[in-house]
Amino acid sequence: MPNKTPISSVNDFVVRFANVNGSGSASANELFARSVLRMGVPVSPRNIFPSNIQGLPTWYEVRITEAGHLGARGGVDLMVAMNPQTWDKDIAMIEPGGYLFYDSTKPLPPSKFRSDITVIGVPLTAICNREYSDPRQRQLFKNIMYVGALSALLDMDVTAIEQLISEQFKGKEKLFDANKNALHLGRDWALLNLDFPIGLRLQRSDKVGDRIFVEGNSAAALGAVYGGATVCAWYPITPSSSLADAFTSYSRRLRVDPETKKNNVAIVQGEDELASIGIVVGAAWNGARAFTATSGPGISLMQEFLGLAYFAEIPAVLFDVQRAGPSTGMPTRTQQCDIISCAYASHGDTKHVLLFPEDPAETFDMAAQAFDLADRLQTPIFVMLDLDIGMNHRLCRPLTWDDARKYDRGKVMTAEMLDAGKEFGRYLDVDGDGIPYRTYPGTHPTKGAYFTRGTSRDRYARYTEEGAPYADNMQRLLRKFETAKDLAPRPLMANSDKPTRYGVIYYGSTSPAMDEANLTLKAAGKNLDLLRVRAFPFHHTVEDFIADHDFVFVVEQNRDAQLRSLIVNECGIDPARLVPILHYDGTPITARFIANAIGERLDALKVTPLRKVGA
Amino acid sequence: MTYITKPKFHHPSLPKNALGYTHRDYEGKVSTLCAGCGHDSITASIIEACFELAIEPHRVAKISGIGCSSKTTDYFLNASHGFNSVHGRMPSVLTGANLANRDLIYLGVSGDGDSASIGLGQFAHAMRRGVNMTYIVENNGVYGLTKGQFSATADRGSKSKRGLTNNDNAIDLVAMGLQLGATYVARAFSGDKTQLVPLIKAAIEHEGAALIDVISPCVAFNNHAGSTKSFDYVREHNEAVNRLDFISGRAPIHVSYDPGSTQVVEQHDGSRLVLKKVAADYDAHDRAGAMNFLAHHAAKGQIVTGLIFVDSEPEDLHRHFNTVDKPLNTLSEKELCPGSAALEKINASLR
Ligand SMILES: Cc1ncc(C[n+]2csc(CCOP(=O)(O)OP(=O)(O)O)c2C)c(N)n1
Ligand code: SF4
Ligand SMILES: [Mg+2]
Repeated sequence: MPNKTPISSVNDFVVRFANVNGSGSASANELFARSVLRMGVPVSPRNIFPSNIQGLPTWYEVRITEAGHLGARGGVDLMVAMNPQTWDKDIAMIEPGGYLFYDSTKPLPPSKFRSDITVIGVPLTAICNREYSDPRQRQLFKNIMYVGALSALLDMDVTAIEQLISEQFKGKEKLFDANKNALHLGRDWALLNLDFPIGLRLQRSDKVGDRIFVEGNSAAALGAVYGGATVCAWYPITPSSSLADAFTSYSRRLRVDPETKKNNVAIVQGEDELASIGIVVGAAWNGARAFTATSGPGISLMQEFLGLAYFAEIPAVLFDVQRAGPSTGMPTRTQQCDIISCAYASHGDTKHVLLFPEDPAETFDMAAQAFDLADRLQTPIFVMLDLDIGMNHRLCRPLTWDDARKYDRGKVMTAEMLDAGKEFGRYLDVDGDGIPYRTYPGTHPTKGAYFTRGTSRDRYARYTEEGAPYADNMQRLLRKFETAKDLAPRPLMANSDKPTRYGVIYYGSTSPAMDEANLTLKAAGKNLDLLRVRAFPFHHTVEDFIADHDFVFVVEQNRDAQLRSLIVNECGIDPARLVPILHYDGTPITARFIANAIGERLDALKVTPLRKVGA
Repeated sequence: MTYITKPKFHHPSLPKNALGYTHRDYEGKVSTLCAGCGHDSITASIIEACFELAIEPHRVAKISGIGCSSKTTDYFLNASHGFNSVHGRMPSVLTGANLANRDLIYLGVSGDGDSASIGLGQFAHAMRRGVNMTYIVENNGVYGLTKGQFSATADRGSKSKRGLTNNDNAIDLVAMGLQLGATYVARAFSGDKTQLVPLIKAAIEHEGAALIDVISPCVAFNNHAGSTKSFDYVREHNEAVNRLDFISGRAPIHVSYDPGSTQVVEQHDGSRLVLKKVAADYDAHDRAGAMNFLAHHAAKGQIVTGLIFVDSEPEDLHRHFNTVDKPLNTLSEKELCPGSAALEKINASLR
């Protein structure tokens, strides 16, 4: 008996699986998470994996959350410790009163355990060795077997698990039977030998609704398919590779001409990121919708081309699935650390449009929208994902598409317009929005051809090194950037129901943790107005929001408060008004972290939230 | 530097090609290169080749990197779109452009610094991908635009104008092109228009990756006694494998050659190349043989020119990707967007 009361909770706890990379645990762990979902209980799973193919430790954390808090929570209530290498750290991570599930085949000395947790041993290896002779099967079925044992301990609906297995092995009866059998081996052993259920329990609920369970990278790929991308060029890099992979497999299904069986898409694995962005720039210059997917190191390599695309005004879409830098940093850990390197990518005076999706559903929307924005603004558009959104399954609203929607190809002058005598100046601002017309190569035998270059030119694309036309062009580019403020997704605001002098600005994958932290803070009497930034350049409401509050916390997942710097720089805000809340150890930010950090600072400001003067 | 336009005066008696275009219609802006620069001669040959082929000028996309050579895309085909991109990266830009619209003619112009130094990687990968293009390297063995530093094609032992000696081995782009799978590989000398024009024409008609390495002396920095890319040096060491005549599939021209000394090459699009052999038993269809031939002559200090290799059944990138016949840039939401019903199904599969 543990010397601390065991945690008791229904539909609200965290299970962490500690495994060895490449041991086949991933599908069993995902089966566990999906089974909980099938019981109508929201889950939020996260992969914590090494930059390695086989042998190093890997974890899969499932937050079970009836209340629907999809951010990481921090702490572990039930540890499924399947990796001797990380045993000590894993055990240490368990919350007091928590549970440890382990393979008890080999006896371990009492010093290996903790006295304040409940220890549950199942001789998984022994059962496997008894049941299977093939070493591969022993390994694989051990994973399914612990899912079976957990189903008994947590009082899970076993039919939901069986149903999932049958969907997974549709048409492969033998595999279905073998997996089901392994599931029951584990389950039956637990039912026979252990006390069940433990203090952590699952109960059917109806909190999942019609939501879907999808990775951000897949949603981005689908957004690119729906947004009309026809050229994709990429170079493999974690955590973005699965985006290009998903685009490839969705294209195989959705982009094959029904009659000719030919592809209306071209996907090139470039020799590096320079080539990838070069291919995108070439394709977009020539009127195709093109994109690349990469991560920080790739963005670094693309800098020169990004300046060209900015200056020569070529649409391009980039998905930056951010990982912890600098350099190779922590390539399999999450951060929001490329904000500045993307916003100001390249030499000279450059600024780029960034979009910050909070989850896969918004990633889908923004991915499709990015292609419209790129064409409309004739400039690179960055969709800023991160590993947390990109590579984890996330519960989110279903993806939607309006069939009446038309692609906005922007200001493209056609042969008809040229024949009708419309004046064409490639860099001529005809209506004040800073955006000129372009022509696609090959449009007209005698009109509309122009020379694209990274060197300075006048409004009619004629080479010049004179100061005035250069400055004129640079000013127009600024006007275009102003236009972008109104076209890009606006910030979303959620005001506290009580007046407050304090606000919070946050973005991207911080969203679910922030929402949850806000509830905690509110319960503690700390009221905050929230603003979620969804794009750079910042809409004027960001400045208004800051002006309306004494202090604004800027919550982000990097060391240098990059978004805060952008706000200070672009909006001319006194830095003292913006309090950075920074989380950058590579793990996803948690509600606990935010609530503590903001709570402490509010206390330090001696705050019991005061009524705003005049409010 | 200011922008100079050429007078647009069309003499009524100027000869017209099959489409009714005159030579003038293939010209570009006035060149700003040094007088006598080999690159200008190449420009003249490109204009001549396009005129003779009766290409619609606006159906060509001219793409280049950075350098004196790369600037020349502004000096021909005024009616076509040009893209002077970034140093060494023309191949990727051209590849992307080609993917977007397979119906245009892609003419890539680069320098030896652009292709063999900073851009060697992109050069190599465009060749091995089989992008349907004509890739002209205007090869002077120096960085002209940055004032005469050695490029990676400078021969070992050659001297710069400033008296420095190049100690590094030279890259032979022709040999690389052969090794990497280019399906049309030629070399010419900028000063030899009769050799160069048919080579360009055939390269344009070739439906695959066509490379022409054109030795093009830089009069400012590389046309002195110690240079192996000077006019005199090249003239003395030129070993032409063949003299090419080109017969377009669209407009057959009859040429008669001594049967004993010609070889007819049928290109994939129906056009024919007639090789007038100089070297006794040169076979332009043999990739391995061509590599040997090249190495053999290089050892003797000879520069092989002419059509060195051609594959008359080339495959290009679009064929590898099995892309639709319509240019990708013409597809609309009708072809590209799977619609809400398909999305509903996807949603259902994600529950
Ligand atoms: C990234 C980058 N590095 C360096 C330069 C400077 N630069 C311009 S042209 C050139 C060399 C061009 O040599 P080549 O391609 O042989 O052309 P040429 O002028 O000889 O025709 C260099 C180094 C540049 N434009 N960009
Ligand atoms: S510097 Fe050399 S390559 Fe450049 S224009 Fe002058 S002669 Fe030509
Ligand atoms: Mg050169």
